[in-house]
Amino acid sequence: MFAVTRKASDGRKRARLFSRTGASLVRIVFSLLITFIGLLLVTFLIGRVLPIDPVLAAVGDHASEQVYQRVKEEMGLNLPLWQQFFVYISNVVQGDFGTSVLTSNPVLEDIKRVFPATLELATLATIIGVFLGVPAGVFAAINKGKWPDHIVRIIGLAGYSMPIFWLGLMGLLVFYLKLDWVAGPGRLDAFYVDFIEPTTGLMLVDTLIEGDMDLFWNAVSHIILPASILAYFSLAYIARMTRSFMLEQLSQEYILTARVKGISETRIIWRHALGNVMVPLVTVIALSYANLLEGSVLTEIIFAWPGLGLYITNSLLNADMNAVLGGTVVVGAVFIGVNMLSDVLYRLLDPRARR
Amino acid sequence: MRRLIAGLVLGTALATTPMAAQAETPKNALVMAFAIDDLITLDPAGMFEFSALEYAGNTYDRLIGFDNDDVSKIYGVVAESWNVSEDGLTFTFKIRDGIKFASGNDLTAEDAAFSLQRVVLLDQSPAFILGQFGFTADNVKDRIRATDENTLVMEVDQPYAPSFVLYCLTAGVGAVVDKELVLEHEKDGDLGAEWMKTNYAGSGPFALNKWTPGESLSLTANEDYWDGAPAMKRVIIRNVKEAASQQLLLQKGDIDIARNLEADQLASVKGDENIKLLSKGKGALWYLGLSQKNEFLSKPEVREALKYLVDYEGITQTIMAGRAQTHQAFLPEGFLGAYNENPYSLDVEKAKSLLADAGLADGFKVTMDTRNTTAVMSMAQSIQATWAQAGINLEIIPGDNKQTLTKYRARQHDIYIGRWGPDYQDPHTNASTFAWNPDNSDDASAKPLAWRNSWNPGDMTAEVDKAILERDGEKRAAMYVDLQKKVLESGPFVIMFQETEIAAMRGNVNNLVLGPSFDNNYYRFVTKD
Amino acid sequence: MNISSTTEKPGLKQWLTSDTPQSRWQAKCGRAWLGWLKFTENRLAMIGLSIVLALILVTIFAPLLAPYDPLAADLTNRIQSPSAEHWFGTDQLGRDILSRLIYGAQYTLMIVALVVITAAPVGLLVGTAAGFFGGWIDATLMRITDIFLAFPKLILALAFVSALGPGIENAVLAIALTAWPPYARIARAETITVRRSDYIEAARLQGVSNMGLILGHITPMCISSLVVRVTLDMAGMILIAAGLGFLGLGAQPPMPEWGAMVSEGRQFLLEQWWVSTVPGLAIFIVSLGFNLLGDGLRDVLDPRGGD
Repeated sequence: MFAVTRKASDGRKRARLFSRTGASLVRIVFSLLITFIGLLLVTFLIGRVLPIDPVLAAVGDHASEQVYQRVKEEMGLNLPLWQQFFVYISNVVQGDFGTSVLTSNPVLEDIKRVFPATLELATLATIIGVFLGVPAGVFAAINKGKWPDHIVRIIGLAGYSMPIFWLGLMGLLVFYLKLDWVAGPGRLDAFYVDFIEPTTGLMLVDTLIEGDMDLFWNAVSHIILPASILAYFSLAYIARMTRSFMLEQLSQEYILTARVKGISETRIIWRHALGNVMVPLVTVIALSYANLLEGSVLTEIIFAWPGLGLYITNSLLNADMNAVLGGTVVVGAVFIGVNMLSDVLYRLLDPRARR
Repeated sequence: MRRLIAGLVLGTALATTPMAAQAETPKNALVMAFAIDDLITLDPAGMFEFSALEYAGNTYDRLIGFDNDDVSKIYGVVAESWNVSEDGLTFTFKIRDGIKFASGNDLTAEDAAFSLQRVVLLDQSPAFILGQFGFTADNVKDRIRATDENTLVMEVDQPYAPSFVLYCLTAGVGAVVDKELVLEHEKDGDLGAEWMKTNYAGSGPFALNKWTPGESLSLTANEDYWDGAPAMKRVIIRNVKEAASQQLLLQKGDIDIARNLEADQLASVKGDENIKLLSKGKGALWYLGLSQKNEFLSKPEVREALKYLVDYEGITQTIMAGRAQTHQAFLPEGFLGAYNENPYSLDVEKAKSLLADAGLADGFKVTMDTRNTTAVMSMAQSIQATWAQAGINLEIIPGDNKQTLTKYRARQHDIYIGRWGPDYQDPHTNASTFAWNPDNSDDASAKPLAWRNSWNPGDMTAEVDKAILERDGEKRAAMYVDLQKKVLESGPFVIMFQETEIAAMRGNVNNLVLGPSFDNNYYRFVTKD
Repeated sequence: MNISSTTEKPGLKQWLTSDTPQSRWQAKCGRAWLGWLKFTENRLAMIGLSIVLALILVTIFAPLLAPYDPLAADLTNRIQSPSAEHWFGTDQLGRDILSRLIYGAQYTLMIVALVVITAAPVGLLVGTAAGFFGGWIDATLMRITDIFLAFPKLILALAFVSALGPGIENAVLAIALTAWPPYARIARAETITVRRSDYIEAARLQGVSNMGLILGHITPMCISSLVVRVTLDMAGMILIAAGLGFLGLGAQPPMPEWGAMVSEGRQFLLEQWWVSTVPGLAIFIVSLGFNLLGDGLRDVLDPRGGD
């Protein structure tokens, strides 16, 4: 979408970097593995010191002692702690994350079901955030120190400062109840909940696949509010970073040269400067995307949005440890992946860190 | 660049175009918001959760039912009639003709026998309800059997009060499952347990359409139901945890019924002419469990004083606002032998003098494990305030439901504020937990509420055991009244309220039935204007 | 902000702005003065500073400012709308919302302060040690940091609070636990850029121990970027604390913690919207104050901007 003008040396630098990355691929994979096992271990330990009895979640409060003991044994909770962990890890290696107590489904299946909901929300939020945040940041940079800059800054800081659960409640109050601009909590009107077979799990996509425009617009009217609220946060971050990247670019010599050559200011800003900013900006966008994918727990709670954040929280509060562990691994994987990506990009761009 | 702008415009358009939600739900479908995240299995042999029982109550037929307005009236459902042998040991049921499962199979005595056997063999949470009658995995196939297509025979091990046995069959374990269908899905001899957790094999007025855990449950009408097809062709239950969200959805007309409104929301929807309320006294009791391991709480004067330190009236009127009524004995109103007098009321002076008698005129400090839901927390805070008037410093320890319960079950609490729902409609269900504790040691095998609070009810344990063998209804009721009075006087329970369930619904919804327990909440009679 | 009208004696001002400082102390003070001047030019930052100062003052003088006892329940007087007697109305137990708001300030401040004094030193120490020693120490410490970074913040905090039991102290611990890893990363990055500097080598040749190098020479280099980051994070900490309070896992009742107040008020959102709105606004204003302050500090201390 954007023409990227890069100095010639960039390509060579990248080639060098990637060959080195290739050489240490084993090391990276190894360290990833360690991080994962650490992640699992920490989650596992938290689960075991949690003052909630996991058997209770499975059998309920009224079950007889005999049933209780039998289920405890079935769940492997009578083994020593290290053995439980070992059993768990070896199952995970075989692709078995166990069964969730709360849903009676394999955890992997649950995650496949809930993750698209979060993904859809985070993706839309990021798209809105980028489409509003990048121009806002550019605008602020061009007008540095003038009122547009201040306005963007204040809007951005306000975004950072807003308790999201409160904003969500207020949003529902105003846009759903009073103005009737959007639909309420949930991904679809309650009546439609089982109309759509989840093909991709993304409601906007699935409704289009089935060609049902009524349902599509219904889904849009449901997602738009929570997505906008989440977007506000990524918008704040993206605008701020765009501004500072742009300022750096605009003070570069090649911009001056371009101006001397008589290239139009619009072209300089939107094509040349913004073009050069795109790569670090992608890192920033990726990070904010990963943050949203982490499951914006509170937004999901307020909007009854059946996503990953809600799933993990619910499981945690019910000591459904297989579900918590599985969910955390997914979140961790996404986060570590994006982190590594931004690391690589960072190394590529900041020569200081390369020594 | 142009594309970017196009995207921007689209984004803004999406964000600002008014998209009015559908104003009304379809006439032949019932849409309900209900906190159903406790739904963990759809198998009648394994379920114990309110939402699960309600599901089973609408999708499975049970052997026996009772009249929602007069629990003492028992009538046959799958069992058309029954008789009890002279010696009280053999129950013979005649199975109704012409009931078909959703699969098309005929329902026979064989299915009924299999269903009951299955509960005992699988030995999951609710199995003890049948286990009380001496059924074990070894003997159940002999003692519960179909002698022909229409006859089910059940042999119990002692001459129990017939009402006791019959009430137990009205519970979720009495649901009849489709033997053929279940066994088709059997894996490694599990009697279909794995499959049944998420699937359906019943004959009730509604059939399962789809369950998405944590999200929604939808049912479709059984057009061939033997007792008449329901008017609602679909029932959609959407899991909405937030009571405030439920209110929003209801007022906007996105749902027909909101099931979990809290007191203040109820107060505010009362003014809405489009919404009406339906309430029904439930069997659940709100109570405080006082651990007798605590040096202060083990003093009889303190226990009595605390019963005078609850603002019963204030809480029912303001905090619960109609969702509870004062009730202090362990059997809820409507049960056989229920004692409906409430001898205690808020009396700070009386409590102070009792505390002084116990040598605690200056009060003491104690903790209370409290579920962090609005209703419980508000109750706890009101109690905190009234106790402070008598010099008792109550520290509230909030926690999630499972968390506080774990502590309670491990006897690690001082005070637990809880809600106890009966397992079936017979008085024994509550007597055997509030007034029965055969072994008060830490590693006891039975762990009733009396045990959790480290209380030894003495002779009462034996009296409870005797009451289930009393075949004379009136004498039996008298025994329970006596037990309730004793627990009221000396027990470590400050029983405060009996729950009232309130469903808020749109004005065009009629004939929803709420029963004394969740498995008697019926959708099948619902109509919409 | 008119600089020429400062009440400072001309002597002091000259001393501060001297081009040829006579002592290290004077040079330091001079730099600080210049920084302050630059800071005061930023009106937004000054607003932020005022908000934070106001928060501190409200905390200190809460008993004088609050018109009512924040805990005194009065069931006959519940959810009243704002009036002359109760400026922000009353809550579901009839308590004065303004008084609860005023007393609630101390919890917000306390949470921020406690998190900062636990998380910042830990992050600083881990990061500088990793950057300074390199090798397996670096690898180990950074792996641990990564593990904590990979957790979703709120979920990790949630998990810890559930494990430790709800309460304000545990909320602080949980937030601190999620807050330190970015500090470690920043400190490590700063350390790597300076560890081979000549002045470090010089100090090493003078026989300064590793510990001495880290604490005496490297840590100070990380402080300014850390201060900026911590100040900017404070708003986030307030929001997480409020989120925990909202979920019922933070402050315990009857403590007037703002997040818990929003949560308690949300059931009256439709009719009595102020019960939730007022504490929500308070959280917003205070975190905005910290953000403005941090933003201004960044302009002064870390002109490169960004992270």
